[in-house]
Amino acid sequence: MPLQGEYLGMSVAIPDVDRPNQEFYTHCGQGVLHLQSCVKCTLLRYPTTTACPWCAESEYVWTPVSGKGTLYSYGEVHHAIQPTFQQFTPYLILLVELDEQRDRPNRFDGLRINGNLADASGEMAKPELVATVGIGSRLRVVFKSIGDGMAIPLWTLDTEIKQEAPWRYPDN
Amino acid sequence: MNAEIDATSEKFLRGKYAIVGVGETAYTRGSGTTTRALGTYAVRRAVEDAGLGMDDIDGMLSYSGNDSIPSTAVAGDLGIRLNFYMDVMGGGSSTEALIGIAMGVIEAGMCKTVVIFRSMNGYSQIRIGGTGRGSGASNLSGDGLFGRAYGQSSAAQAFAQTFMRHMYDYGTTPEQIAHVKAIHSEHASNNPKAYYKHRVTVDDVLSSRMIVKPLHLLDCCVETDNATAIVVTRMDRARDCKHMPATILSVVGRCCKPRIDNHYQAGPISTVAGHYAKEILWPNAGVGPDDIDLTGSYDAFTFTTMLQLEDYGFCEKGDGGEYVSSGIMRLGGARPNNTSGGHLCEGYTHGMNMVIENVRQLRGEIDDSCPTDANGKRQHTYDYSSGGCRQVRDPEITANLGWAMPGTGSALVMAKGER
Ligand SMILES: [Zn+2]
Repeated sequence: MPLQGEYLGMSVAIPDVDRPNQEFYTHCGQGVLHLQSCVKCTLLRYPTTTACPWCAESEYVWTPVSGKGTLYSYGEVHHAIQPTFQQFTPYLILLVELDEQRDRPNRFDGLRINGNLADASGEMAKPELVATVGIGSRLRVVFKSIGDGMAIPLWTLDTEIKQEAPWRYPDN
Repeated sequence: MNAEIDATSEKFLRGKYAIVGVGETAYTRGSGTTTRALGTYAVRRAVEDAGLGMDDIDGMLSYSGNDSIPSTAVAGDLGIRLNFYMDVMGGGSSTEALIGIAMGVIEAGMCKTVVIFRSMNGYSQIRIGGTGRGSGASNLSGDGLFGRAYGQSSAAQAFAQTFMRHMYDYGTTPEQIAHVKAIHSEHASNNPKAYYKHRVTVDDVLSSRMIVKPLHLLDCCVETDNATAIVVTRMDRARDCKHMPATILSVVGRCCKPRIDNHYQAGPISTVAGHYAKEILWPNAGVGPDDIDLTGSYDAFTFTTMLQLEDYGFCEKGDGGEYVSSGIMRLGGARPNNTSGGHLCEGYTHGMNMVIENVRQLRGEIDDSCPTDANGKRQHTYDYSSGGCRQVRDPEITANLGWAMPGTGSALVMAKGER
């Protein structure tokens, strides 16, 4: 059966032939971020792919990861294109570098994950929270249920640690 | 340079092919006509500019994102019988890549002379920025789950992370980058064809509204309706054409970073495809950045011009902000960039107008407002003040740096006349 859900008014449909994405979002629905790990070279990868980008092996196993990372870069959207997102501006499009596999397999490589900044309950972040996050911020994954046992991963400020001042775009 | 490539001897097809004709329609917002008509006009002008007849053309290439008209329609309307044609998917960086393909198919004996065109109602029909297509609510599946689900659908939204990281890695400032728009607007003020002819300042850029930080409105290119075309042929035929040939020294097509579908996973994201493409471009051309008199570094955004000039070696890695704000890129500077005003000011054509501009620069026949003599030949004043000249003094070699996205680029080196 295709998995079907809805997120922010956008319908989600993942057909049966797209097994890796069905599994990715189902793991998120169970509350733990999992990535594909190559059975041959053991490297993790993101987003889902049909073979290992480093050794071309097709077989993989799902491996749980910490869901913690550092903000590697971001864009701050003030002019939304998709109507759904107009209510959330300014919103952040994050590139979060996971703690796992940094600088592997090559220097400057990493597991960098796209997402939005959210509050601890997975709602899109309010402007006050957006203003506190920048490159270097420590983030943790949160999940927002989208139905059919699936959830979408988002990122929120890790409040269990003391945050260093992040780098932010120099506003005038 | 890659030590395995000998840059001293003639490599591959260096100097054996040329661009002999260029043509375009007006850059408008509201062409009032079809992409079929626009494409037909541009192709006819380019063929006429070459001094050729329609029966001299037997190859055709075009690129689009399902927003244009195929070669069959344009060739049919102009009575051109083709021995080869192909219409490919692609936006920025397609021009240079298709020039390479044209050389290849002619070299293979498949045809003799190829016209390449790009036709788009990029403002009135399908806007690349995303407001014209694909912006509504639709199913999230496949790759959309990792992008559109997060409000990441336009080019600005997709590239912002790369631009921001460059600021973080190298201290590049908004003021430095804003110079790209200010300089290109100076050039456009001397280009009667340009959609935006008024000059803007660095402050104008910085005070324009934010689109996607770090991109202000004026860091983003214009969207326009237009068609552009060029004619590529072998040097033995180029000699007989109307104008001095713009001789192709080297071409790179759609050179990629590792993991091209998800380039942000591999290497520093503040490095772009030019880092790899330069290892092909310069050795094959037999020249390096220091030999280039003017550049056409793709300006979908102010940042794209900077990133490419840096990664192709026009300055040290990380010094791109300094380079673009130094004045070197201005008319009258040591190496002007996008003298037409480029995508930021002249019009949006996915790169072809920047190649057309450099062809005309090499001919010494830039279409500015300088007076013409009794034979209709323009007498350039080299006065670059607003409304004045935009011809560079005696350019010998140009470089075009095409951008598709941070992970994909193309490039072209041309020289004045047969070498
Ligand atoms: Zn592997």
